[in-house]
Amino acid sequence: MNNWFRNGTPWVWLNAGAVSISLIMVAGLLGMIAVNGLGHFWPKAVAEFDYTEGEDAEVQRVLGEVSRSETMTAAAMREAGYVVPEDEEIVTRHLIKRGNRDATGRDFVWYIGENASEFRYPENAMVLERLTWGDLIGYLKDYREDGEVVAEGDEARERFTERLQETSASVQEIGRIERFEIGAVNYEIEQIRLQQRALDLNPQLSDEERAEQAALLDEQRAEFQERYDALEDRRNELRREVRRFAITAELMDGREQEVVLADIVRATWPNDMSVPAKAREYVSVFWDFVSGFPREANTEGGILPAIFGTVLMVIIMSIVVTPFGVLAAIYLREYAKQGPLVRTIRISVNNLAGVPSIVFGVFGLGFFIYFLGGAIDRTFYPEALPAPTYGSPAIIWASLTLALLTLPVVIVSTEEGLSRIPSTIRQGSLALGATKAETLWRIVVPLAAPAMMTGLILAVARAAGEVAPLMLVGVVKLAPNLPIDGSFPFLHLDRAFMHLGFHIYDVGFQSPNVEAGRPLVYATALILVLLIIVLNVTAVTIRNHLREKYKSESD
Amino acid sequence: MKEENKVLTHGVDPAAMRGRSSEKMVLSRETAAMEIKALKLFYGKDMALKGVDLMIPKGRITAFIGPSGCGKSSLLRCMNRMNDLIDSARIEGEVLLHDENIYDKGVDVAELRRRVGMVFQKPNPFPKSIYENVAYGLRLQGVKSRRVLDEVVEKSLRRAALWDEVKDRLNENAFGLSGGQQQRLVIARAIAIEPEVLLLDEPASALDPLATLKIEELMFELKEDYTIAIVTHNMQQAARVSDYTAFMYMGEMVEFADTDTLFTSPGKKQTEDYITGRYG
Repeated sequence: MNNWFRNGTPWVWLNAGAVSISLIMVAGLLGMIAVNGLGHFWPKAVAEFDYTEGEDAEVQRVLGEVSRSETMTAAAMREAGYVVPEDEEIVTRHLIKRGNRDATGRDFVWYIGENASEFRYPENAMVLERLTWGDLIGYLKDYREDGEVVAEGDEARERFTERLQETSASVQEIGRIERFEIGAVNYEIEQIRLQQRALDLNPQLSDEERAEQAALLDEQRAEFQERYDALEDRRNELRREVRRFAITAELMDGREQEVVLADIVRATWPNDMSVPAKAREYVSVFWDFVSGFPREANTEGGILPAIFGTVLMVIIMSIVVTPFGVLAAIYLREYAKQGPLVRTIRISVNNLAGVPSIVFGVFGLGFFIYFLGGAIDRTFYPEALPAPTYGSPAIIWASLTLALLTLPVVIVSTEEGLSRIPSTIRQGSLALGATKAETLWRIVVPLAAPAMMTGLILAVARAAGEVAPLMLVGVVKLAPNLPIDGSFPFLHLDRAFMHLGFHIYDVGFQSPNVEAGRPLVYATALILVLLIIVLNVTAVTIRNHLREKYKSESD
Repeated sequence: MKEENKVLTHGVDPAAMRGRSSEKMVLSRETAAMEIKALKLFYGKDMALKGVDLMIPKGRITAFIGPSGCGKSSLLRCMNRMNDLIDSARIEGEVLLHDENIYDKGVDVAELRRRVGMVFQKPNPFPKSIYENVAYGLRLQGVKSRRVLDEVVEKSLRRAALWDEVKDRLNENAFGLSGGQQQRLVIARAIAIEPEVLLLDEPASALDPLATLKIEELMFELKEDYTIAIVTHNMQQAARVSDYTAFMYMGEMVEFADTDTLFTSPGKKQTEDYITGRYG
């Protein structure tokens, strides 16, 4: 036993144990996010059952997806106001997603399993994903064109699915026109309005010049107005076209509801689907989630703007932080006289990395937005005042704030990389008649490039996951426009943006519909983790490539 | 004299000695490539060189020997101002290159180092291709012509006896070469810019005997065109390759003479003790 301690076996076990626990925790975390996030998109079976509370209460038919089930004590349920049979001690309750928020008010309801009949899975149970009001769960009754019943029963289903494919193209077209084309025209009209305002504010213009330019702008505005009207006509026409088709569905309580095809995103009969069909559906739904725009207070639809915003912000941050950090590190390590002052600066920089990120957010709000942005607005955009252009939360300020936040990481890694480069290599260059600057740029910096990339990787990992400061300096719940679009100057740094991290917070905790948001929280978290992994792998690949290129003993 | 030499070279092939210049040179300003006058070097408060006077003969190999810490490397590094890199280093006295003090205010240090090249103890190729290593000095001078670069690279590698080994892989990373090849590459890199004086700081101490022999042969080749100063711990090496030898001890120049004289009939007791291995 003594020997067992002496030869270090307990330490090996201890270390191995620590590693194992860490690995299990990481795998568990990722596994939970992946299972919950990815599982949400799999078409769930729709259960039908009869429910009655007590002997003489009326029997109601319930139709919906089983969201999750819990085992509870009967007492707790009775206290919560449920009627539970006398002899039961333990009951199972099911959270049923009934959908039909517009008709029944509550789309997620708990039911006591002991009060319910056996679950049935009718093949004709239909789930409609709608543009508004969430899912509709019910039975297809008939299919109508222009208000006339055209088909019923199985034939209705066939006609309906065929027509839905046609109309969904039109619906997408409508969405595109509304989101992008009309948005672009509106943007131009707004620009013209600002130019007119600028004309009025310009004291150097004579009245004639002003009138001349104003006329020119009016002409342009008329042109855009015309284009706007044309687009609106086109949209209305498409809308009229798709609104001609409708279906009637029978809900769980027997009510009938008419839904126009224009409002339907997709229709499925999950109980009637084979596994391959479900898999196809899964891919399609998942793709819509990744590539779509959010609806219904972010609890439906996709997260494309959030992905886009996150990536763009990280890229802008990298572009800003890398040169600054590298230059600062080079100065500190190569040029500054190493003494108490430089030591103090170095310690301060290192400590800056430990400052809570919300503090950076407050600083960003005060300095970047109110001070810098306000000054920019007063100087360059007086015509837009009092509406702020740069003086409000924007992607550029968020990126700059995060650049500030991650600057210490880049400086520290770069300095470390510079200090690791053997002095013999520098001397070799100097001995060939190179000046210090030449040695630095031709030999030292390329050799330290992998270390700089390491700094950037750490910075990206930190920045992509940061949320708290962003809430103050640029992230919004719902951004009407992407920061990049087809209108000049294409990259709109003054726009607020959406961010995956904030989206998780918003959907999970700020949304009115908690149950609907829950799986989206996991799915969004999964996408965020994947995104960070992708960004990191890209950076690591670049670093390894650089390392290979400048392979030396110093690494 | 030859007999005694043989003892000192420890059975190394006498062919390696073929380059030894037997004729003696009268050391004077005309025949000296560099002249060191009353040179004192301080590292902070410590005096590393305590007033050294020396002439480095032109077109010859001068070896510096002495125990560790005697100041021979420091002296070498004074000759192309590499000591400038050390913040605490301070110089008194003069080092003349063509009657110009290299420590004068107006001297361009980069230009000086172009004229006085240096090779270090450990091979220190740049993390670039073999070709770019040799071309580095020329590129610094702004040479862009591919033809000129190709020519110089080939010539330098040939002179460094490395061409045949690397001509097919000029674009490969220099770190792929063996230690001995790397050291010859570094020498090729140094001579590519045609320095007047080549300083070698223990160039073979990190190499195996075979690679050492190659470096020594290379020195014989190079001395036709360059003045060479070499610091070595290895007395046999000094005896084999150099024309003149300086023995240093504790920051002072104890004895300087042509190699044969210094090794066979040293003028001072200290020198004799050292070369016979009684200390150091």
